[in-house]
Amino acid sequence: MKTGAALLAVLLTVVSLRAAGPDSFLLRGATVHPVSGPDISDGSVLVRDGKIVEVGAHIAAPKGVRVIELKGLHIYPGMIDSDTEIGLTEIGAVREMSDISDIGLFKPQLRAATAVNPASEHIPVTRANGITAVVTSPGGGIVAGQSVLMHLNGWTMEDMAVRAPAAMRLEFPNIRVPGRFGGGGETPGRGSAYAEAKKRYEQQLQELNDFMESARRYRQAKMAAGPGFETDLKLEAMIPVLDGKLPILIRAEKEKAIKEAIAFADKQQVHMILERGEEAWKVAAQLKAHNIPVVLPPTLRLPDEEDQPYDKPFSIPGELSKAGVKFAFASFGPGADDNPRNLPYEAAAAVGFGLPQEEALKAVTLYAAQIWGAGDEIGSIEKGKWADLIVTDGDPLETRTQIKQMFIKGAPVDLENKHHRLYEKYLAR
Amino acid sequence: MNRFALFLMALPLMAASQTTVIRNATVLTVTKGTFQGSILIRDGKIVEAGEKVLVPDGARVIDAGGQFVMPGIIDCHSHIAADSINEGAVAVSSMVGIEDVINPDDPDIYRALAGGVTTANILHGSANPIGGKCQVMKMRWGKDAEGLKFEGAMPGIKFALGENVKRSGSPGNGFGASPGLRYPATRMGVEDVIREAFTEARAYQKEWRDYQAKVDRHEQAVPPRRDLKLEPLVEVLEGKRYVHAHCYRADEILMLLHVADDFGFRIRTLQHVLEGYKVAKEIADHGTGASTFSDWWAYKAEAFDAIPYNAAIMVRKGVLVSLNSDSAELMRHLNTEAAKAMKYGGLNETEALSLVTINPAKQLGVENRVGSIEPGKDADLTIYDKHPLSNYAKVEKVFIDGELYFDREKDLEERPGKEARKKALIDKLKAQEKKERKKPEPAEDKKSEEPGGAQ
Repeated sequence: MKTGAALLAVLLTVVSLRAAGPDSFLLRGATVHPVSGPDISDGSVLVRDGKIVEVGAHIAAPKGVRVIELKGLHIYPGMIDSDTEIGLTEIGAVREMSDISDIGLFKPQLRAATAVNPASEHIPVTRANGITAVVTSPGGGIVAGQSVLMHLNGWTMEDMAVRAPAAMRLEFPNIRVPGRFGGGGETPGRGSAYAEAKKRYEQQLQELNDFMESARRYRQAKMAAGPGFETDLKLEAMIPVLDGKLPILIRAEKEKAIKEAIAFADKQQVHMILERGEEAWKVAAQLKAHNIPVVLPPTLRLPDEEDQPYDKPFSIPGELSKAGVKFAFASFGPGADDNPRNLPYEAAAAVGFGLPQEEALKAVTLYAAQIWGAGDEIGSIEKGKWADLIVTDGDPLETRTQIKQMFIKGAPVDLENKHHRLYEKYLAR
Repeated sequence: MNRFALFLMALPLMAASQTTVIRNATVLTVTKGTFQGSILIRDGKIVEAGEKVLVPDGARVIDAGGQFVMPGIIDCHSHIAADSINEGAVAVSSMVGIEDVINPDDPDIYRALAGGVTTANILHGSANPIGGKCQVMKMRWGKDAEGLKFEGAMPGIKFALGENVKRSGSPGNGFGASPGLRYPATRMGVEDVIREAFTEARAYQKEWRDYQAKVDRHEQAVPPRRDLKLEPLVEVLEGKRYVHAHCYRADEILMLLHVADDFGFRIRTLQHVLEGYKVAKEIADHGTGASTFSDWWAYKAEAFDAIPYNAAIMVRKGVLVSLNSDSAELMRHLNTEAAKAMKYGGLNETEALSLVTINPAKQLGVENRVGSIEPGKDADLTIYDKHPLSNYAKVEKVFIDGELYFDREKDLEERPGKEARKKALIDKLKAQEKKERKKPEPAEDKKSEEPGGAQ
C-alpha cells in the first residue's frame, strides 16, 4: 500500500514533468494582484500543467518555459459569478430555450450540471469581461435542484465542472401576496389574499419539514440496508446535504424568511449559504454568529421598500462587511440588466457607499470560491491553485478597463465572441 | 404616510432667483471641452462657465474642490412617474397620453434625480404599432404634475414594432385589458396597421384643409368631427409631433423608415434599435436618431443579435445616438452606461458623455435649453465626487433650473428625523389597532372581508 502510493507519486511527478513543456509559461513584468495577499509590482506568475506553481517579484524562467511579457499590465484572478443561469437559459423569453424551472415542489435529484449547454453563446460573451467561473442553479418549487460551479471553458461539463454539485438549492417558503403586476410581495396585511398566502406558506413549511424528515429516515433505512429497501432518487439526492457534505443554498429575501431559514438550517444541521437576502443587513449579527455566508442580490437594484434611502442597496454590502459577514456578488443572469458580464460592476457600485475596494474585489473572487467550497482551487493567485487568470489594463471593477488575455486552468482562452464578431462584420459594412 | 415624508424632503433646497457660483470643479461641459473652473448661475440659467469667473456680491458659493460637474443626465426612454403606460386594447392608441397620468409622488423621480438625471422622456408602453403620446419631464421632485412637464418641449408619440406588438395577436399573451386576439400578429401586419392609420390621417387632414379653405374663401362650411386618434397623427405628418419608435430588428427598422418616407414624415428616434448597427447607414441617411441600451441582450428572440458595440458603430456611421434606461433602476447610473461605449467600440470621453446629455437633448429637440454646460442654457447640473465615467463615482448635488433638488449631505442629515417620524406614525397606527381590537366581534369580521386590505 505504502509502496503503491510512493510509486504513484513518482509516476505523477514524471507525468507532470513531461507535460511541463508546452503547458508551462511564465507571465512576467505585470502588477500581480493575488487578492489573497499584497499586490506585487513587476511581478511574475509561473504556471505548469494548469496550476500556479510560483508567484513573486522575481522568478527566473525555468528552461524551455515560454515567457509572456506583460509590462504595464495587471494580473488578477478570474472573477466568479455566484448565481447565474448560464448554460440553462439561452433566450429568456423563449420557453424552448430555458431549462431553469421544472414541475413540482421537491426535485433535489435535478442537476444543473447535466443540462448546461457548453456551446451557449453566453459563455464566451461573459468570460470576455474577466469572468472565469460561474455558479448555475435550477429554480422553482421549494427544493429546486443542484447547482454547479463551473469554469467558463471546455468542450463538455467534464472539462468545466469545478464542483458538481456545488449546492442544493432551496427556495424558502414565504408569504407571497400577489402584487399589482402579478409579482410577489411579502407585505403582511389583513385581506383574504394575505390569509390565503399565509395558509399556503404554512402548508409548504410543513411539507418541507416532512420532506427533510423523510430524507433522514431514508438515510437511516439505507444504512440499515434491511430487506425491502427501495431506492428513491429524490431522497437519495438529499443524503449529501444531511451528511453535511453538500451545502444548502437557501433563497430567502426578507428578515422573517431569513431568520426562519437560519432556524431551519440549525435544526436540520445542514451547512447553509444564504441567497439573495435583501434584508441580510437586518440579521447580520445572526449570520455572522452562525457563520452563514451570503450570495448578495444585485447591488444595482431599486430600494426594496418605497421609503428606504435611495442608496440602501448600494450601502448594504459595506454594512455586511463591517459586521463581518462573508459574501459574494452575483448577477442572477443571463437576463437583461443582470448580464453576468456586468458582475464586476455590481461589486463596484458598493465601493462609493462604504465597501473597501479590496473587499469588493474579494467578493467576486476569493470569497466566492470559499463560499462554494473551492477556496483551495480557485479565487486567488496562489501556489497550487488553478491558473484562472485575467490580464487587464487596469482595475477590472471599472467599466473602462479592458480584459487583454485570459487563462482558465492554465489554458489561454479566446476572448472572441458573438458580439465582437458581429461588431467587426457590421463595422466593415 | 411615506409619501408625505418623501414630499417634505422634496421641496427645493435653494431658491432659483439666487445667484450661485460652483467653483474649483472639474467642469465637463460636453460641448466646449473640460476645464478646472467655475460656473455662474443666475435666475435658473448658466450665465458663465470658465476657468476664472468673478463671484458677484451676495452670491452663494459652492466649493466643489476635487469634484466633477457635468450637465444633468437626459434619459430618452423612461416610464417612471406614470400611473399607467399601456393602452393595449387597440392597435392604434394615439388618443391616449402620458400627460394625463403623471404621478408626481413616484419615488422613482427622486431616485432618478439622485442618479444625476434631470430630464426624461416618459413614454407610453410598447403594446401597439402606434401607441400613446409621450411627455418630456424635468425631475423637479416636489412639484405637481404640471410642474414636472418640460415646458416648450416638442410633443411626442410612441410607435412600436416587433414582438411586443405581435404578442397580442397570439392567444393568451395580450397586454392589459386586451381580450383575446388583436391584429396584428406578424411584422407584415405591423406595417399594415401603420400605413392604414396614416392613410386615414391624411384623409382627415384633407377634410380639415378643405374646411379651412372654405372658411378662408368665406364660404359656408361645417367643421369636420374632431378625431382624437387621428389628430396626433396629423401632427406627425405636419412635423409638429416627434415619433419615438420602439424597434429591434434591422428589417423592421427599414420598413418603418420606408413607411415614413412614403408619408413624408421623419422618425425622430428609433428606440432600443438593438440591430441598428446592421443598418446604421440607412438610419443616418433618413436623419433619424437612435436611442439604445448599452448592453442588454438575449432576453427575447429579437434581442439575440444585440451587441454592446451598437452605440459605437452607429456613432461612427453618423447616427445621432443616445443611451436610455427604460428602467427606473438603470436610470440611476446612466453615466456608467455611457462608459460602456468606451469599452465596447472605443468612443472617447466626450463622445461617451454626449450619449446621455447633448445627444438625447437634440433627439428631444431641447438642445437649446439643456444637455451641455453653456451660457444661456438651463442650469441643470450634476456634481459627482469622482469622474462620472468611473464606477466609484457618486452624485453629490443636482441642480435643475438653478435650484438644488438633490443634496446627498442633506439627504443623509434628514434620515434620522424621517426614521423617527415613521416610527411615530407606526406606533400611532399600532395603538389605534389595539384599541380597535377591543371592540366587539362584528366589526372585526367586517374588516377582514375588505379586499386588498394590505394595500
